[in-house]
Amino acid sequence: MANVFTNIGDWVGDRAPGLAPFYRKHMTEYYAPKNFNLWYYFGVLAIVVLVNQILTGIFLTMNYNPSAAGAFDSVQYIMRDVEWGWLIRYMHSTGASLFFVVVFLHMFRGLMYGSYKKPREMVWLLGMLIFLVLMAEAFMGYVLPWGNMSFWGAKVIISLFGTIPVIGSTLVEWIMGDFLPADATLNRFFALHVIALPIVLLLLVVLHIFALHEVGSNNPDGVDIKHGPKGNRWDATKPADGVPFHPYYTVHDLVGIGFLLLIAAFIIFFAPTFGGWFLEHDNSIMANNLVTPAEIKPVWYFTPFYAIVRMIPSFFGTAVWGVLAMFGAIAVLFFLPWFDRGQVRSIRYRGTGYKVALGLFVVAFLGLGAVGTGITAEVIPEWFGNVDLTTWENLFGRVMTFIYFGFFPFLWAYTHFGWEKTKPVPERVTGHD
Amino acid sequence: MTNPTILMKRRPLMKQRYLSKRFLSAVAMAFGLLLGSVSAQAAEESALMSSGASVRDQASLQRGAKLFFNYCVGCHSLKYVRYSRIAEDLNLSEQDVMQNLNFTGGKFDDQVISHMPADSATKWFGKAPPDLSLEVSAKGEDWVYTYLNSFYLDPHSPIGWNNTVLPNAAMPFPLAELQGLQTAVMKPGTTDVVEKLEISHPGTMTPAQYQQSMRDLTSFLEYASEPAALQRAHYGIWVVLFLAFFTLLAYVLNKEYWKDVH
Repeated sequence: MANVFTNIGDWVGDRAPGLAPFYRKHMTEYYAPKNFNLWYYFGVLAIVVLVNQILTGIFLTMNYNPSAAGAFDSVQYIMRDVEWGWLIRYMHSTGASLFFVVVFLHMFRGLMYGSYKKPREMVWLLGMLIFLVLMAEAFMGYVLPWGNMSFWGAKVIISLFGTIPVIGSTLVEWIMGDFLPADATLNRFFALHVIALPIVLLLLVVLHIFALHEVGSNNPDGVDIKHGPKGNRWDATKPADGVPFHPYYTVHDLVGIGFLLLIAAFIIFFAPTFGGWFLEHDNSIMANNLVTPAEIKPVWYFTPFYAIVRMIPSFFGTAVWGVLAMFGAIAVLFFLPWFDRGQVRSIRYRGTGYKVALGLFVVAFLGLGAVGTGITAEVIPEWFGNVDLTTWENLFGRVMTFIYFGFFPFLWAYTHFGWEKTKPVPERVTGHD
Repeated sequence: MTNPTILMKRRPLMKQRYLSKRFLSAVAMAFGLLLGSVSAQAAEESALMSSGASVRDQASLQRGAKLFFNYCVGCHSLKYVRYSRIAEDLNLSEQDVMQNLNFTGGKFDDQVISHMPADSATKWFGKAPPDLSLEVSAKGEDWVYTYLNSFYLDPHSPIGWNNTVLPNAAMPFPLAELQGLQTAVMKPGTTDVVEKLEISHPGTMTPAQYQQSMRDLTSFLEYASEPAALQRAHYGIWVVLFLAFFTLLAYVLNKEYWKDVH
């Protein structure tokens, strides 16, 4: 029997000689630093969620009807009449939110350990492109169930483009293919959501991983293991602090994947709407252009960016500034490797200024999320009594916006003028957990 | 007879419920104790009664189904729910359902569609009675329960009834024979702010019986909103246990692999 496998292996190897070297390069002979910590799970978790979204998405597509007349009913058909349809849909809807949870944490890991810095700028840029496409993918997916929040959310978000001077209103009609989100909008969003964007997303993910494997993984110490001493148990010429990705990190990631699935299962089976955060109450009402929900807001993962739109006032007779700021909040992240001139990667050895700035950046992001989700609108009256909500909310939101954008010039000045007092970086990685 | 839990102004409560509900369930999950005091406060402010409805209580679901098909289906459909599915999920026989619940003349595998013609209904009530398949998903079980407890006689209303949860609701109150007739006591010095509702003419049920019945009806509507809730609870625990075991195995395997990496 063993002979048969060897023969098959030889047969394939003769005809696809690049296959085994490819596998070795990316798995058994990809030497990853041995000191990865908890934060290094989120990359593989994002892949797991992506695979989940694609697989469950395929099955949803089999029963979903992309038309304004039939979409809402077809979702209920999936929930009630399709065998296991409810599970597939909850896996997809929970996966969408968890995708952003793991991607936000994955990006934060990059900020903490300086993973975006030379020589990994390309990895960061490709990752940012993935984030951008993911946001478009999520937005269009959110419209497909054709609930009332889908409709109004789509209307509000697409209307943002209407603030662009001169071409705005034409652009909005062009995007929707109608004067309101309608059948045409739903059809094209469906096409983009299930074909165009997933293909782009997959391509970018592959490039992201290839780019990473060219330069090698960073680690919590920010030490370049390729520049350290050579020779490990498996290969005398490879980094001493590296371990083969397979089996060491495959078995390691299995634990993280187990935890992710455990959390996902809790949500899917016991709180699939997650208290109205993952699936909103107003989306149980079919899209209706005559009935406006009590408050229109995007799903939670867009709220920090959406809050920025609300916080920037219109001037010179146009409201485009808020929209520019919102896109700017994402665009500015692309340039992070060039804002940060510091030589030390990991937060473990960086100056106090960086630690404080990164902490404030996170506070600003969460604070903007609180504004966008309406938490501040609820908390301010409760904590401060009968004050003018708009004034205080705007004040808070604008301070948060200022901190968010302030992070980048601060980081440039802090590192460019040599104000950062770093600690000595060790020669080797400092062990593993 | 006073209903002390209903102390509310005549204004839409939708928004308030959403906010407090969101707070309780999600922010508390996310920020934990930090905002614990706020969520408690938000809960106090909410004027909705706690329904106590549960889709896990099969007897309650069966009683609720009976109420729905005796009092509601004349006007309201459950267009996403099939009679056969109700039989299966509520552990009723085809005969039970077809004889005791199906008054619309539909077949066993048909969906629950009310006989009321939509255009006549619009003429009679100003708007067609809404389909109730997703009512609990859209508004929450506490809203539905409180709504069913909050009808009162209103001589100013064209249909003679009003509701403190949904002011100027277009719905007459067919359950009045059970609950009795409620009248509103206005806040002193106002003519349109309801302070409390009192039962001025008792119905066939005591207030406690009526509330239990509305709990049953709410449970049934909650089930109608998401029949999968029954399967979720059934399978969920096994999936979680399996994954916990899987994660434990992965952890042990990982330890074994990594024990000689220093």
